[in-house]
Amino acid sequence: MAMLIGIPRETAAGEKRVATVPEVVEKLVKLGFRVAIESGAGEAANFSDDAYRAVGAEIIAGAPQLWAASDVVLKVAVPTSAEVNLMREGGTLIGFVWPAQNPELMQQLAAKKATVLAMDCLPRQLSRAQKMDALTSQAGVAGYRAVIEAANVFGRYFNGQITAAGKVPPAKVFIAGAGVAGLAAIGTAAGLGAIVRANDTRAEVADQVKSLGGEFVKVNYEEEGSGGGGYAKVMSEGFQQAQREMYVQQAREVDIIITTALIPGKPAPRLITAEMVQSMKPGSVIVDMAAERGGNCELTEPGKVVVKHGVTLVGYTDLNSRLARQSSTLYATNLFRLAEELCKTKDGNINVNMEDDAIRGLTVIKDGEVTWPAPAPKMPAPAAKPAVAAKAPAAAHGHGSSAPMSAKSLALVFGLGALLFLLVGAYAPAAFLGHFTVFVLACFVGYMVVWNVTPALHTPLMSVTNAISSIIVIGALIQVSPSSLFAFDRPDGWIRGLAVVAIALTAVNMFGGFAVTRRMLSMFRK
Amino acid sequence: MSSSLVSVAYIGAIILFILSLGGLSNPESSRRGNLYGIVGMLLAVLATVSGPRVTLDGLPWIIAALLVGGSVGLYAARKVQMTQMPELVALMHSLVGLAACLVGFANYIDPMAALNLSSAEKAIHEIEVYLGILIGAVTFSGSLIAFGKLSGKIGGKPLLLPGRHFMNLVGLLVVIVFGYVFLHAETIDAGMIALAVMTVIALLFGVHMVMAIGGADMPVVVSMLNSYSGWAAAATGFMLNNDLLIVTGALVGSSGAILSYIMCRAMNRNFISVIAGGFGTGGGTPAKKGEAQPAGEVVSISAADTAELLREAKNVIIVPGYGMAVAQAQHAVNELTQLLREKGVNVRFGIHPVAGRMPGHMNVLLAEAKVPYDIVMEMDEINADFPDTDVAIVIGANDIVNPAAQEEPGSPIAGMPVLEVWKARTSIMMKRSMATGYAGVDNPLFYKENNRMLFGDAKKVIEEVVKALQH
Repeated sequence: MAMLIGIPRETAAGEKRVATVPEVVEKLVKLGFRVAIESGAGEAANFSDDAYRAVGAEIIAGAPQLWAASDVVLKVAVPTSAEVNLMREGGTLIGFVWPAQNPELMQQLAAKKATVLAMDCLPRQLSRAQKMDALTSQAGVAGYRAVIEAANVFGRYFNGQITAAGKVPPAKVFIAGAGVAGLAAIGTAAGLGAIVRANDTRAEVADQVKSLGGEFVKVNYEEEGSGGGGYAKVMSEGFQQAQREMYVQQAREVDIIITTALIPGKPAPRLITAEMVQSMKPGSVIVDMAAERGGNCELTEPGKVVVKHGVTLVGYTDLNSRLARQSSTLYATNLFRLAEELCKTKDGNINVNMEDDAIRGLTVIKDGEVTWPAPAPKMPAPAAKPAVAAKAPAAAHGHGSSAPMSAKSLALVFGLGALLFLLVGAYAPAAFLGHFTVFVLACFVGYMVVWNVTPALHTPLMSVTNAISSIIVIGALIQVSPSSLFAFDRPDGWIRGLAVVAIALTAVNMFGGFAVTRRMLSMFRK
Repeated sequence: MSSSLVSVAYIGAIILFILSLGGLSNPESSRRGNLYGIVGMLLAVLATVSGPRVTLDGLPWIIAALLVGGSVGLYAARKVQMTQMPELVALMHSLVGLAACLVGFANYIDPMAALNLSSAEKAIHEIEVYLGILIGAVTFSGSLIAFGKLSGKIGGKPLLLPGRHFMNLVGLLVVIVFGYVFLHAETIDAGMIALAVMTVIALLFGVHMVMAIGGADMPVVVSMLNSYSGWAAAATGFMLNNDLLIVTGALVGSSGAILSYIMCRAMNRNFISVIAGGFGTGGGTPAKKGEAQPAGEVVSISAADTAELLREAKNVIIVPGYGMAVAQAQHAVNELTQLLREKGVNVRFGIHPVAGRMPGHMNVLLAEAKVPYDIVMEMDEINADFPDTDVAIVIGANDIVNPAAQEEPGSPIAGMPVLEVWKARTSIMMKRSMATGYAGVDNPLFYKENNRMLFGDAKKVIEEVVKALQH
């Protein structure tokens, strides 16, 4: 008998998302499940009951009926105790739970003998789990929306423009925290044309920031801030001091600050003080994405937009609901991927396989037994570098001089060389061989020396070798003088004429070559 | 000075020459390297002049010749503009070639040279003379033509005579036949005829060889001629039994050969095909044009907008090419660089190994304009940085930034390593027109979405950009 997946209407105030969308219902049905939607569940996210019905979902009016009928319930927001009361004994619940923050809820669920999979407990470092990572997908949407909210209350263009009506400087945006939300905000702001700067205590995200078009602002202090699981940890006092200085400076310079800094299980770090807000230009904007957890800015009022010291402070806690359709679609897809993992047999029945690292991590209650927190995954964390910054490997061009020749061509070269030397050895007289030795050795010395010449100096190299090659003058020099030793019939005049011309020619080269090299080299400066 | 002392002095000169080349491994030690070369040369000449082979009545001639030649050389060195370096170097190669020829002839008509030689030794000596003159003559005429091409006195297009390989082959055969005649000549006069015929053929061969090579291959040709002038000196050394000449010639020869190799590799071509002349396979390029026409729109940009782009940029890479040399724009480029660096922009230069008309040409020009050499990068050093670059400015270069080399396997320049400027956020191409580069290949970069064309004379355009930036 295929299981029934039920999707109730979200009851939390201001929550507009829904745990599944018609597109995904279709896929769930293909997995063999039956799907039931509470009437009006998708309305806030612009999905009508008809749309669900059209893809094969059952519409059930009233939450009690839906909860009672469902084997598996998919939710977005943390369930209220009223909702848990409606839950069927031994049922399964999938959604955000935050077990650390909601111990009573956990007890209540355990009492119901439920099986609960908490989307917030996904072991994010498993690359296999990325497709199910709802935190990431929701944070991405929120980061995008934060920039849009900022743009909404910001009085200027984001991108610099040169128009007939004058020049517009680009907006400067500073993003505190380069997690998923921060990176999405960087990309969005850069896409709108703003100059984007970002900071994070984790130095390794600098490349990701750059890859999205932002500039990574460093804190002048050495400390690694990676706290595992893709989150930051609390930093030392010295670091925080240096970080404050950096924020003071950024606050003065930028038009928009978007803060995304969160530390799991702790109140959000206070990054922006009242003085910093005061120092900002009038008309500036701060979007505090950590408002729900106390805010990164002292003056933020959660859930509200306020203007203080001429700066608009946006403290919305429902950024995802402000983009409900998108958030719901992504979340629904995350849940579908999870459903695929749970139902490998495609027969519409789930199997919570506790041997699977990803599912083990997600499962916080199994058949009424609290299994949270999960032990660390068996496989070692493959370094906390998500695929965002995956750079194409540099194209391999040519092969350096150091690359060894292939054995075949090496053999060929040696073979030819040996043959040549054999010929020379067989026919040449001893005197010639002496010179030949010198010649071959000199070729090798030249080869070794010249490879060390830096390409920037190739032109001076040519002119200096050119000057040196006027050593040929020596040949001419010794021909100028008529022989005094032998009374030979020697055409002295001719020889001298040729030699003198040769000397003059090489002298041009010699003096000119060295002089011009000198001139060139004196120009090379740091 | 006794002949032993002269030999020792020669060894000293050899060491100094090697140190001289070694000194060029980096710009700091390079000045000393040049000094080593000068001292080595001085030592060699003085030792020879004061040695037993030069007598007093030869001295005035020598001094006069050195004075005349030396002053011409110094004058030329002072007058030459850095953009004309390739021409000067080519011209100087031709002088070495000619000198080698003259010394060879003088040696041949000197009966003393072959005195006391056994028949085998005499034969070898004569082969050396013959080869020395042959290489010298090819170097001479080839360099002259290269000079003509580089200075624009002769058109840069390759001259491809019908059956040129056949002609070269015939020439080679004739040279070999006359070599045989020369070796078996009874008298000097008889040998002279053979020698003269060979010289003429060698001269013609030099002309023909360089005429057939296109402008883009000039860096290879210049370094190849550099190599030849070395081999000519080495051959002369064998002829005169002089180890100093042999060693120096071998040093210069291998240096030139390595440079040619580096240049060929930078164009992904093999040495033989460059020497065989023409670009691609014998003028097959025009037929390709129709199909390979890249689609897209060419977007031009004004100097003021370029300045605006640069003002907002953080990373800028400038890729100079021959056009910068032609327009004498290096000083304007330096001004632009300094202005941007003052604004905190990270400006660097990407130099393709065959940019310009001789190896290292661009480096010399930039150095002349006082661009610090530590921001001037080689292609391999900088290519990976283009994706992080906001603006890449291409000044008068074309083939060396052509994406077709990577993207179109059928392109005549396919496989040639190029600077990947199109990976920068924006690339700006400064050019006089839409004309193709030396390779005659259309450049798809022009049509890329993130590319802008800034038309005009490089120097004038850059000056305008500088002016706009100062406001």
